[in-house]
Amino acid sequence: MFFTFKDSIYELAKNDKRVVLIITDQDAGLDHMQKEMPDQYYMEGISEANNIGVASGLAADGFIPFVVNHASFGVRRCYEQIVLDACLQERPIRMIGVGGGVATAHLGPTHTTIEDIAIMRSLPEMTVIVPCDAAEMKKLMPQTVNWPNPIYMRLGRYGKPIITKDEHVIEIGKAVVHHQSNPVKSDVLIISTGAMTQAAVFAAGELQKDGVASTVLHVHTIKPLDHEAIIEHACRAKMIVTIEDHVLAGGLGSACLEAMMDNVHPKNLPRVHRIGFPDHFIHEYGTQETIFKHYGLEPSQIVVRIKSFLSNE
Amino acid sequence: MLESTQESNVAQKVTSMDERSRYLRKLILKGLEGTKKGHVGSALSLVEIIRVLYDDIMNYRPQEPMWPDRDRFILSKGHGCLALYAVLADKGFIDPEELTTYTLEGSRLGGCSENIVPGVEATTGALGHGFAVGLGMALAARIQKRPSRVYAVLGDGELNEGSIWEGALFAAKHKLTHLTAIIDCNKFQIAGSTKDILNLEPLKDKWVSFGFAVQEVDGHDVEALRRVFKKLPFSDEKPSAVICHTIKGKGFSFAEGTHKWHWKSGLDEPTLSQMKSLLENE
Repeated sequence: MFFTFKDSIYELAKNDKRVVLIITDQDAGLDHMQKEMPDQYYMEGISEANNIGVASGLAADGFIPFVVNHASFGVRRCYEQIVLDACLQERPIRMIGVGGGVATAHLGPTHTTIEDIAIMRSLPEMTVIVPCDAAEMKKLMPQTVNWPNPIYMRLGRYGKPIITKDEHVIEIGKAVVHHQSNPVKSDVLIISTGAMTQAAVFAAGELQKDGVASTVLHVHTIKPLDHEAIIEHACRAKMIVTIEDHVLAGGLGSACLEAMMDNVHPKNLPRVHRIGFPDHFIHEYGTQETIFKHYGLEPSQIVVRIKSFLSNE
Repeated sequence: MLESTQESNVAQKVTSMDERSRYLRKLILKGLEGTKKGHVGSALSLVEIIRVLYDDIMNYRPQEPMWPDRDRFILSKGHGCLALYAVLADKGFIDPEELTTYTLEGSRLGGCSENIVPGVEATTGALGHGFAVGLGMALAARIQKRPSRVYAVLGDGELNEGSIWEGALFAAKHKLTHLTAIIDCNKFQIAGSTKDILNLEPLKDKWVSFGFAVQEVDGHDVEALRRVFKKLPFSDEKPSAVICHTIKGKGFSFAEGTHKWHWKSGLDEPTLSQMKSLLENE
């Protein structure tokens, strides 16, 4: 996904002098941007906190800074700078978290980032975006330029296969229906984000083979959450399953529960099951796929888990 | 009243200052009238630095606070904001009467300065933040080819923060010659002397080694401050740093040179009247 990000940021910067890229010591492969637009390209040191402060100063004077960090350091190391220098001062900084979730599982728990969504979405003013693939991210990127709030965008090692289709309308703050067996009612509504939407789409296909009607609602913008879509689909479903590559505390599932409980009487809501990482650090090494398998997040395991939920209803 | 008999007994003197410095300190006392507490010592050490910058050095328009070509003043040690509020009131950014609302319900003048106040460029208060924001503003001025200069005032205690030194490296790398780090070196932080809490010396050598052109000055000597600030930038290749040797609590002998006035509460009416009369009778 980072490759597509690089192409997108290059195009955005080329067409808008306000767009500035600050990278924290990463092999970006953007030498051409540095050469063509030296005022808009900054490869900086391993000083994540300072880079957010600098971005805040640039934003104060009209720039749209995109700050690229590994997700873990960009969130954890810079938390206070993000709170005070981005959110509190309402500076439109775009914080790009590369390697979000367990994309860099081979590097262990210092790098796996499974709490970032909860942290970022708790911040006033913040917008949180988790695209499901590179095609969706490419559609979102131009919209980020004039978005008034600071943005945290988690980029994972997702993207294959590409599930975003040309006909999908991708707008910040609007959830996307990726599968709908029956427009009137569903046996199960699957709400997913990021990499998990691919698993959700796979699961929906498998469930359909068994005659289970499902809807997959992909939520790329976790904040501001598309309450309207979530409630509309929730009220038509017999059961809801949320899926995220994130701890259950404070992530997508929590956000959906809050939206539903705040707006609909519980007696009018179906049972909700949340799938995600448990409340502990990921100590296992490996790949994203092996970690998903270990924690029951592999697409085939998702199918089994949803079937199990259905059979226990 | 002052907290102890001992302090009351020594509360007889105001150390030498000219009329304008005394006036600005009266405005600081005005800020304390309502709330009766604040970062008093931290503000009093700053007065001459901010005064000289706003009187003699910086370009700005009080009636047009967001004038793009203005110089940027960043109070990175945001808790010293009473001194900044006093100067902003004196210059017409805010009404001097507003000073009496400092930290009170409904006020926009908080115990740390926020950029909702006209003339306040960055919200500061958590130490180690404002400097980096100032770096970004300096970079912005260069890209936009504006003449704006950036003056960031840092506390010496604030230099404990690692983020300051990240910023220093950044400033030197980008040769931000139009940025000046001004260190209010009052030698004290909340818990004691900076030497005891986390020794910063040799401070000048540190800034030099981080790539700054550095000068030191008596931070209460108005003429000396003018001379030094008018020489900025000190280098065509490096950002500048001015280490201002100041006295915490400057102006009131009982408050000077002690961490006990870093934050002061219980400043009741008789105490403030006493302090005000000391300024008037000097």
